[in-house]
Amino acid sequence: MIQFNTVAELVKLAEEKELPIHDIVVAREMHDTQRPKQAILTEMQRNWEVMQASIERGIENEERSVSGLTGGDAEKIYEHREGGYLGAAALSAAAYAVGVSEVNAVMGRIVACPTAGSCGIVPAALYAAREQRHVTDEAIVGALFTAAGIGMVIDQNASIAGAEGGCQAECGAAAGMAAAALVELADGTPAQIANACALAIKNLLGLACDPVAGLVEVPCVKRNGFCTVHAMLAADMTLAGVQSVIPVDDVILALDTIGRSMPRSIRETAEGGLAATPSGKALARRIYPK
Amino acid sequence: MHNVFDIVGPVMIGPSSSHTAGAVRLGLMARQVLGEVPVRADIELAGSFAQTYRGHGTDKALVAGILGFRQDDERIRDALSIAARQGLDVRFQTVQLPDAHPNTAIIHLIGVTGRLARIRGASVGGGNILVSNIDGYEVELSGAYPALIAIHRDRPGVVAQVTQILSRYEVNIAFMRVSRQNRGETAMMIMELDDVPADEVVEECQEVCDVEHAFSIPPIG
Repeated sequence: MIQFNTVAELVKLAEEKELPIHDIVVAREMHDTQRPKQAILTEMQRNWEVMQASIERGIENEERSVSGLTGGDAEKIYEHREGGYLGAAALSAAAYAVGVSEVNAVMGRIVACPTAGSCGIVPAALYAAREQRHVTDEAIVGALFTAAGIGMVIDQNASIAGAEGGCQAECGAAAGMAAAALVELADGTPAQIANACALAIKNLLGLACDPVAGLVEVPCVKRNGFCTVHAMLAADMTLAGVQSVIPVDDVILALDTIGRSMPRSIRETAEGGLAATPSGKALARRIYPK
Repeated sequence: MHNVFDIVGPVMIGPSSSHTAGAVRLGLMARQVLGEVPVRADIELAGSFAQTYRGHGTDKALVAGILGFRQDDERIRDALSIAARQGLDVRFQTVQLPDAHPNTAIIHLIGVTGRLARIRGASVGGGNILVSNIDGYEVELSGAYPALIAIHRDRPGVVAQVTQILSRYEVNIAFMRVSRQNRGETAMMIMELDDVPADEVVEECQEVCDVEHAFSIPPIG
């Protein structure tokens, strides 16, 4: 029986058994759900296919959301990818993430990862990695299990719900998951995977969930783009040899304690932060006329 | 701890797991309880559902579920016009329900043969739901398991007779609850099962003389 309650335990299992982290996560899933390995792999393969379709639709999406607040930005970022300060890899990734989030906002099909509000980050990072490093889809499916394993620990020891822990719990968790997956795809060690996750989450601690009119649009859609680049930087810092001073499980602990001390107004209630600004309130009145 | 596909998943139609995917599941549950094609749906929305349903497409999602669509069905965004084409008359009302979960809906359905169903439920996060009332009976149903529901006379021995049938077919009960409105009148027995019960199991439960009506609800995926 394979169990882990912390990222450190997950890393230790991988090191002891000399297996990649994703194999540990798959073994645990087989045990917990009593499903055959092939069914689990096939389901993740299908999720990856839905993710790719949402990216491909996203970068061509010109449709505005029902509220009219978002839509069309992924395509703009994608068109600008060669001419920016960031390289094409980072700008493409940002466009992919914004695109998936825009598809979500127009009631298109996405994979919650870990939530609908943060659904662009992990797929975008992986799609960009495939273009850059020419990794196989099989390797990407593996990386998705690694991301899931990290997400399971965050969910258990902190939260992945904006209503509980603010956006740090949604986009922060997604960035940590994406950074971990990217390091795995670059043949990083289990310890490096954990380190990348720590770096990514650490720099998103305290992030408020304050969406305008309570909708998964502002600031969520563009934030998916920012957090994807953020995850890529955490992966690259790790691969360059940069160490997180605070280990990942303590970072997750901090995510939990910060989430608990956040006022309710910035935990998905649309009563604080951006939602409570004059312009945020004016938009809400326009979307929901009395 | 949650499973892998609670974290990387579910595949769903956006924008919100609680206000869209969960709403589809609530609608689907109402449809399963009705057990036939609906012709009229009166939907009451409370709390956050009442405030933000248009922006999140909660109205479309609930109707999509009532039409039998699942949470990853791309027709969800067109559910209101599909309902109109199929002759399903839909009305929405916002209501205040003190003490209710913020994402609560009450769905009244009328079916093509005149059957009525009423469910009250909440979307409790991550697309998960909790149905708290069916046809006036207090319940707790998540839709994660196949369920067998029997409306029966409130008298000794009925529960034993029904559970014996399940035992004979080797169907394991994961969770069970009996609820009644008044002593000695009708009651509702709700069993969440580890496996979908075969038709003959439901038919045999229906034949128990104090059971007025028995039906099963598949898990809503």
